[in-house]
Order: sequence, then C-alpha cells, then structure tokens
Amino acid sequence: MSAGGGPATVRLAGWGFRHASRRAWAVRDVDLVVLPGERVLLTGASGAGKSTLLRALGGLLEPESGDVAGELTVDGAVPDRRRQRVGMVFQDPDSQLVMTRAGDDVAFGLENTGTPPELIWPAVDTALDAVGFPLGRDRATAALSGGQKQRLVLAGALAPRPGLLLLDEPTAQLDPEGAALVRAAVVRAVAGRSATLVVVDHDVEAWLPLVDRVVELLPGGGAVGHPAGWRPAPLRLPERQPHPPGEQLLAGVGAGYTHRGSDRPAVAPTDVVLRAGRTLAVTGPNGTGKSTLALLLAGLRAPTVGEVVAGPALIAGLRYPDRPPARWRAGELARRIGTVFQQPEHQFLTGRVRDELSLGPLRSGAGAAEAHAAAEALLDRLGLAPLADANPFTLSGGQQRRLSVATALATRPRVLVLDEPTFGQDRETWAELVALLAEQQDDERALCLVTHDAAVVAALADDVLTLGRPVGVG
Amino acid sequence: MSAPLSLGPARPVPLSAVNPVAQLTGIVVVTAVLLICGDLVTPLVVLAAELALLPAAGLTRPADVARRTWPLLLSAAGITWVNVAFGSLEGAAAWQSGATWGVRVIALALPGVLLVASTDPVRLADALTLHWRVSTRFGYGALAALRLVPLLATEWESIRLARRARGVDAGRNPVAGARLLAGTAFTLLVGALRRATRLATAMDARGFDSGVARSNARGSVLRPLDGWFVAAAVALCAVAVTASVLTGAWHPVFS
Repeated sequence: MSAGGGPATVRLAGWGFRHASRRAWAVRDVDLVVLPGERVLLTGASGAGKSTLLRALGGLLEPESGDVAGELTVDGAVPDRRRQRVGMVFQDPDSQLVMTRAGDDVAFGLENTGTPPELIWPAVDTALDAVGFPLGRDRATAALSGGQKQRLVLAGALAPRPGLLLLDEPTAQLDPEGAALVRAAVVRAVAGRSATLVVVDHDVEAWLPLVDRVVELLPGGGAVGHPAGWRPAPLRLPERQPHPPGEQLLAGVGAGYTHRGSDRPAVAPTDVVLRAGRTLAVTGPNGTGKSTLALLLAGLRAPTVGEVVAGPALIAGLRYPDRPPARWRAGELARRIGTVFQQPEHQFLTGRVRDELSLGPLRSGAGAAEAHAAAEALLDRLGLAPLADANPFTLSGGQQRRLSVATALATRPRVLVLDEPTFGQDRETWAELVALLAEQQDDERALCLVTHDAAVVAALADDVLTLGRPVGVG
Repeated sequence: MSAPLSLGPARPVPLSAVNPVAQLTGIVVVTAVLLICGDLVTPLVVLAAELALLPAAGLTRPADVARRTWPLLLSAAGITWVNVAFGSLEGAAAWQSGATWGVRVIALALPGVLLVASTDPVRLADALTLHWRVSTRFGYGALAALRLVPLLATEWESIRLARRARGVDAGRNPVAGARLLAGTAFTLLVGALRRATRLATAMDARGFDSGVARSNARGSVLRPLDGWFVAAAVALCAVAVTASVLTGAWHPVFS
C-alpha cells in the first residue's frame, strides 16, 4: 500500500490542461521526465500553470474540470491510481491542518489509509523527527508559528512514506525565518532520496542549493530544463533619484498599541516620521507589531498610547483639522493616506477591475468624469487595460497585487502605507511593483513599507526602522 | 465572543474521563424530561445537579463560568423578561411562569456547556465515528471546519479596516451602515468559502474519504464509568420528577 515502493518516476509527454470555461490552455506541450529520487524545482512566471501541473501529478485534477492533452504518469500509471504514493504540501498552513494537536494531525493521513493504530504512532514520531519538529506530539496546532505549522504539514505528508513529494510554494506565506525552517525540514526529509521531490516556487535562489535541476514552464506552452550551474537573471532594479528629505507629512509620537484584554503591547511606543519623497522600511522579526504600527500610521487604528500627527500638507481641506487620522471620515482618509493590505482580496469591493479603480475617487468626492479618467490612466499605466472588465477575484496573485496598489493610488494620497507588498510575488511582478513604488516616491509621496524582503529594502528604503531601534541608512 | 466557541485541545478535567457519547446520552435523557415537564421544581432539581458538576468540568472560578455561559444567561434572562412582560398572567403567577422558562432554558443548555468544557473536540469526533457510526466525512470534516472559526474573527476585522482604507464608511446613516455590514459579511463569506475549498483539497491530497476504511490512532473506549454516568442521569431525572409530583407541582406540557 503506502509504505515501501521506493521513490517514484514521473513522466509527461506533450501534456497540457485547459480549465473548463477557459479558452486558453493553462499548461501545454510539456515534456518532462523526473527520475526516482531526483529533486526538481519547477518555476515560471505567475499564470504559467505550475500549480495546475502539480495538482495533476497529485491526482487532484478532476477529469470533468477541463480538457487534457498528452500523457502524464506516476510510476507508469495515471496519478489518480497513485494517490497513496504522493504527499503534497500547499501554501497556506492554516487550511491544511485538520486536528487540534500536532501528533494527531500527522496521524491523519495514516488513519485515512487504514494503517493499524499500533503502527501509526511510531510512524508519526519518525515523521516529526524527519522534519525536525521540536515541540512534541501534544502541542496545540493553533499556537504554532507559521513556519512550525508548515513543518507539521510536511511531517503529515511524509508520514505515509510517499514515493513522490510535491510542494506548492510551501514558503510563500512565511517570513524569512519560517521559510528557512521549512527548507531545512525539506532537506532533512529527502536526504535519503527515499522520495522524488518536485517543488514549485518563485524564490529560485533559495531552492537552488537544494535541488538537482530547475525546469521552467514557459507562458506560451512548453518547458525548458536549465543546465547545472544556471542562475536566474538578476532582479531589475529601478533607477533611484536621490530625494532630499521633504516636508513632514505624518508622524508617530510615542505611538503604541495594546489589544483590549492583553497585558503586553502589540506595538511598543514608537517614534516615526514620514517625509515627502522618502521611503521608510519597517522591518523586524514576527510578533514585534510591524503590521499594527502600519495600521496606526494609516489612520485605521487609534494608538492606545502616544499619538499619530498629520502634517499641514495632509490636514489641508479637512472638515475637522484637529482630529487625528484615526477619526477622519473614510473618504477624507482615502484621499490622504493610501493603504495596501497583505491580502489584496480583502480590499476589493466591486465586480470589475475598472469599477474598482474609480470607486475610491468617487467615494472621496471626485466627479464621475474625473474618476473614470483617473481609472483609465491607471489601467494603462499598470498594464491592466486588457483586464478592465474582469472580476478582480479571478485575477492571478500578481495581478491582484498590482490592482490593490493601483486602488490605493487612484485617490492620489500623499502617504502610502504598504504591508508586505512583495509577499509571494514572482520576479516579474516584483520588479514592476518596485518600479511603480519608486515612481510614487519621485512624485513626492511618502512611503511606509512593512516588509521582510531584504531586496525591497535595498531597492527603495531611505530609512529603516527595525522595530524598537530606528537606524538611518542615508 | 470567541470564548464560548474557542476550540483547542482541552486540558483534561475529571469529567473528561466520561466518554463523549455517554455524556451525549445523558444530555438526551435530561433534555427529554425537561421538554416534557412544565413546572418549576423539576428543572430546579436538574439544575442543582448540573451546577454541582461544574467543578468536575474545570469550571471553578466565577470568571470561567461567566466566560462560558454568558450567551446562555443572557438568553435565559431575555426569555424570562418576555414572559413576565408579555405573558397573559399577572403578578406572582407571571413571575413564576417567567422563572420556570428561564430555569428550564439554563437547565437544558448547561449540559452542553459541561460537554464543551470537558471534551476535546478530537475525542468527540473519535467517539462519534467509532461508537455511533457517524460518517468520518462528517465528523472530521466538521472538526477541520471548526478549526477555521477563530480565523474568521481576525479576517472580519481586517476586511472592515480595508473598507475604511478604500474610503468606504457609513457615517451616521443607518441604511449605509446596514449595506456596509452586508458587504463586509459577503467578502468574509467569499473568503471563508475559498479557504474551505483549499482545506478540502488538502484533505483530499491526504487521502481523506478515499474509500479505504479509516483506522483511528487514538481509539475511544467505553468503560463501566460511562454506564454509571448514564444511569446517574436517569436517576437524577427520576428524583426530579418524584420531587415535583410529591410537591404537587408536576404538570407535563402535554396534559
């Protein structure tokens, strides 16, 4: 059944898949052979069909959900008949854990294959050890960090001893520390080459040392294998124009926040200044309250200690200029401080990309003609014009991210607050976003970036606030 | 709000030694009797026994009891008040009728509180699927879905803030307020459905409900204690009804 059988062989010949109701193929003309025990990184721009291919390998594509071309086999049979030979890990740890205790969750897959109870617990301990999970079987899954949750998910996938391990962007939702934990766990898990490994990820550099070779899916169809020693092209960085510190637009003065009923502050009192034409990066480990600080600066939460003060340029035109940003009317706020959240989907309010862009201006007092002109200009500028009538929820991750930044820009705010804008983005989208943000800075806007992404800090930040200790970098 | 729903590995309390299906059987017995009786004495006796069990469920501090029972107490108070204010009776009779309803509601719902406080949800799913042949698809599917409930509270807050950031608020207009609330709820629902779909895919990938007979790593054992627990529930009902008849209060709702 599940145990034994050794590492699996994967073969694709002219394989392709088209989702029902779509005209374009999600993947097509892929020829690929992965030998037993091999470790392959599968990469490619977003929308190239990497996840679709991985799901097909896992036997998770329902035949009636689309059209198939060519052949795809795992150990010489269709993946549907090899489900018990495959272990899979997806992006979001919270939607993969089933049980409330760590050990029970790892046991879940073994129970599903009907493994006798006396064999389950030794297998659970082996799997937990294989991923280096340090906290024991009885730990509550809800209390784990993202990295530890994902380690546990990996242990659950490994426990039935799969011959083929499929990882779908397993670190995309984790901070660098958590991502490193998970990669270390993968290295341990496949050290004996007892399973064939196929990883889908954008972060090519991080996986390169861990895989035997890289296969890139091309957007127009087909796949190319990169030779040993291949490196991805360096990230395109925008040309930065140096800006002298401009006028002060927004400041936190000893601003901190403590959740109701909590005795520990989510953000310790912090001094921070946002100036026109400058970018401040807020970094630091998880749990130091970076995102909460962003909410304070964005006028979305009122600080429980200290205050957030808007400068004269921001206050101009307010009905009650004495009030702090957290008490401004939403329309007034959107015209002055734009916020981009970590999850773009939370921000979408309409059924069309075009309406999404004109909504902010309409809500903050612009006329219909003006709002539509602003929307058209942004559509062109961000390459979203072909998608103007699409539903925002159907866009790819990268497109959604661009749209969410665009919606914040539509009201032409002087201050932009962005929470992890580059999380899980492919290299192309990353470069586009960074260029777009650099342009905002040239337009004399003040930017505040909450980020773990060292490359974004290097590319954009004038000042870096590592929570608790502000450090200038020039 | 989230406290009565909070779900995690419960720390073992004395009552946890009773198998969840025995507790559920006890609840069925008590519920049947409480639904039939129409007097004040029967639910009072049952309620006294339930209160005596609170410490066994680990609910010793008043703050813990309040945290678990406030929605229940609130609805009982509401029902009492409605009966007193709008019932057909006047004066002392109205108060007695109101109190009967309030005490009945508490006595009916408190066993549920005891069950939740003393039972690890995984053990409950194990017991239901092993002893009562509840389908594993339902038992563990519900378990996995319940895990996501606390995430909804966080998500609600972030959707609400994201709307304000987009320039959408209701001001003092109640109609706009209702529309905003509906919109936020819709976005939350869409998000919850997407997450549920991802969870279902992940469970599929782990071979859940694939047609193979499922084994259970933890098992669920019925001991003599469980039999005694059910017998005690039956005895309690007998005592309560006897007391009610002897005091002359007994009048079943069907008579």
